[in-house]
Amino acid sequence: MEALIRRCEEIVRDVSFPTVRRWKAEHPGGRAIAYFPVYAPVEVIAAAGMLPVGLRGAGDRLEIQHADARFGSFICSIVKTTLELGLTGHLAPFDGVLFSSICDSARNLCFVLKRNFPELYVDFLHLPHNPESASSRAFLRSEYARLKAELERLAGRRIEEERIREMIARYNENRRLIRALYEWRAEEPHRIRAWELYVLVRAGDVLPVEEHTALLREAREGFARRQVKPRDSIRVVLESAFCEQPPLGVIRLLEDAGCYIVDEDLTLGRRWFREDVPVNGDPLQALAESYLDRSVASSVRHDWRYPRFRALLEKVRARRAQAVIFLIAKFCEPAYFDYVLFKRELERAGVPHLLLEFEEKMYTFERLQTEVETFVESLLFD
Amino acid sequence: MTEYRGWIHQRQKELMQRWYARLDESARTGWPPAICLMISGNCVELLEAFGIVPIYPEVNALQLAIRHQSLGPILAAEELGYATDNCAYVKADIGAYLMGLTPSGGRLPRPALVLCNFVGCNTYIKWFEHVAAFLDAPLYVLDVPFLRGEEPSPADIAYVVAQLKELVHRIEALTGLRFDLDRFRDAVRCSQRVEDLWSRIKHLARREPSPFDAYFDAITLMGPLYVYRATPEGVEFFERALAELEAKAARGEGVYECERFRVVVEGPPPYPYFRAFRDMFARWRATAVASTYSTVGGIWEFGFRHDPDRPFETVALHMLAHNLTNRNYLQRYDQIRRYVEDWRADGVIIHFVKSCRLFSAGQGDMREYLTRALGVPTLYIESDLEDPRYFAEAQIRNRVDAFFEALERHKRAGQRRIAV
Repeated sequence: MEALIRRCEEIVRDVSFPTVRRWKAEHPGGRAIAYFPVYAPVEVIAAAGMLPVGLRGAGDRLEIQHADARFGSFICSIVKTTLELGLTGHLAPFDGVLFSSICDSARNLCFVLKRNFPELYVDFLHLPHNPESASSRAFLRSEYARLKAELERLAGRRIEEERIREMIARYNENRRLIRALYEWRAEEPHRIRAWELYVLVRAGDVLPVEEHTALLREAREGFARRQVKPRDSIRVVLESAFCEQPPLGVIRLLEDAGCYIVDEDLTLGRRWFREDVPVNGDPLQALAESYLDRSVASSVRHDWRYPRFRALLEKVRARRAQAVIFLIAKFCEPAYFDYVLFKRELERAGVPHLLLEFEEKMYTFERLQTEVETFVESLLFD
Repeated sequence: MTEYRGWIHQRQKELMQRWYARLDESARTGWPPAICLMISGNCVELLEAFGIVPIYPEVNALQLAIRHQSLGPILAAEELGYATDNCAYVKADIGAYLMGLTPSGGRLPRPALVLCNFVGCNTYIKWFEHVAAFLDAPLYVLDVPFLRGEEPSPADIAYVVAQLKELVHRIEALTGLRFDLDRFRDAVRCSQRVEDLWSRIKHLARREPSPFDAYFDAITLMGPLYVYRATPEGVEFFERALAELEAKAARGEGVYECERFRVVVEGPPPYPYFRAFRDMFARWRATAVASTYSTVGGIWEFGFRHDPDRPFETVALHMLAHNLTNRNYLQRYDQIRRYVEDWRADGVIIHFVKSCRLFSAGQGDMREYLTRALGVPTLYIESDLEDPRYFAEAQIRNRVDAFFEALERHKRAGQRRIAV
């Protein structure tokens, strides 16, 4: 079990993308399509016989030497490290990169990449922000059809509908396993450590879905065999690090400081749907409708029928959390904005919360540790 | 320096005061209803068809900044939980609402609808969600697909048209007003005429010397352009503005007695230091002959017009493809290139504003393109459009001076490539 988790940790830390290179070696002529956080319709990519890969910046494994000059001050780190990955040849295993309408910096990065890497297929998906309108369903279906046509052009062959349905079924199974692990972790947080579940789920960003599903099964059995005792910790929901990722050390620090993380949005893209995507009928329509009506709440998806601040409070209640820790990447504007209404809602409901800021390139955590310890103590001895 | 201060400025002031008076009346009496919307690619024609008065939070925010009143509301918003690195337009607007502060001193009405015309800027959605939450007003997000390719697709157009029609029903239900297609066509017709006049004004800047500054003076014209575009008052204003500037051009008058430099400006201005910033260029007698900021609400100088025969479709097209913010970043590079070539500019000024990532994220790459790929002299400076705490006056002045000194030297020597 420990070996499996260690393997996942190595996979997510390696910015040379060894699993992608291996897959390409095993699939001559196969293509890999990267996607910037948070969500992409991976089923369509996989149905084209391509490997979808979730990009998550370069963490603390790459020195920014070129990208600072292109993006300047006040821009988040993941935008810069993603460009740096490109400018230093780390994106070589990829044939394309997809972006979607999550924020203004990421959108501009899409077009900067396009200019600097004309040999790459770089595309931008407009994921609708008006799910109230019935027309958004037809629109998103057409957007997915456009993506499908682009991938067919790249692959030089048609993508059969049946193949998309098959991939939906495979990803449904994968997401179902992840959802179940999250449920279980919320019940027995001492059994499944947050950083372990994190690397386990995040490994799915860079592995073929079938391989990742097998890993999840193996981990499930491993967790079940564990002999562990509960710790003296408070139950917290971790929120706001949905795009740029904190160093693993920060997640470990939170647990060591006395937090059971009973939910988070770190790897939201890997469990994007609250329930299975239908496998019958038109698969693109099913994906579009699932995005608009069955997605999890996220700071990058706007749906005023069910405001995110309400969704957060319901998550807190469903997970029986005692507090919320906001872990916001420096210069992440969607997270900064959402914090204001989240804070208002939590204060109205009397839920304690703590705001922490991080950067993917962080090497010392003393200040964060003190803040978290003080917060936890204030709740434990309340 | 012979900075133009004539009828245009006077009339602009009157029109804006009259707009604030209507908003005050709406706040006091509940009539006419008001709807919040965003400047970028706005669909003010639809509101005009109902006789609804627009509230533009961006205009309120910039008015506060230019009157040196933005810091108080920004700090009030930060107290509420906004980050120092959030867009300061939003902070000033929300802070001002909570403090009861308005640029005119009058009141602002509670909007019948918070209409987020989401045109490129993600911050718009967050901002308007907050306005709706704090004012307890209904929200409609008009989702405009970002221009991923060169032109919008039929699916993009159909999606926006469908939402515009839904919006009509929503407004009818909220206000009790009936939509009048003829009135909508009249509004679109006024816009078409104003766009034609505005475009001709912009093309006057191709003359040497340019009779007006297409950045600083264009901002004066932008208020009426957004608030009155779809009205006969707007048409009258722009007819007279064009006539004034044409007469000036015919007399060979420029912004300065002798135009020394012609520049293109990219990015919004630092409103809290608007005058100081303008003076930095005036001392070099540098005229902006074109600017990207003046195309946030719409790009008309390349030929697009609203069309009363296709009102819904052309309102949709304007939102999709004919405003700066919904066009992709590389299209902005190309827009600047066209300005440099067709408006015969000596260089480009890139003003990075901390608040606006839509404008600023990636401007280093833009500079790389302009200097390396095009060989256009480029100056890159940083401050903010709303927050007075981010304007390092001496440092910016030094960079502006260094740029124009180098530009002068290189102009004499016939070289072009400079980056400061």
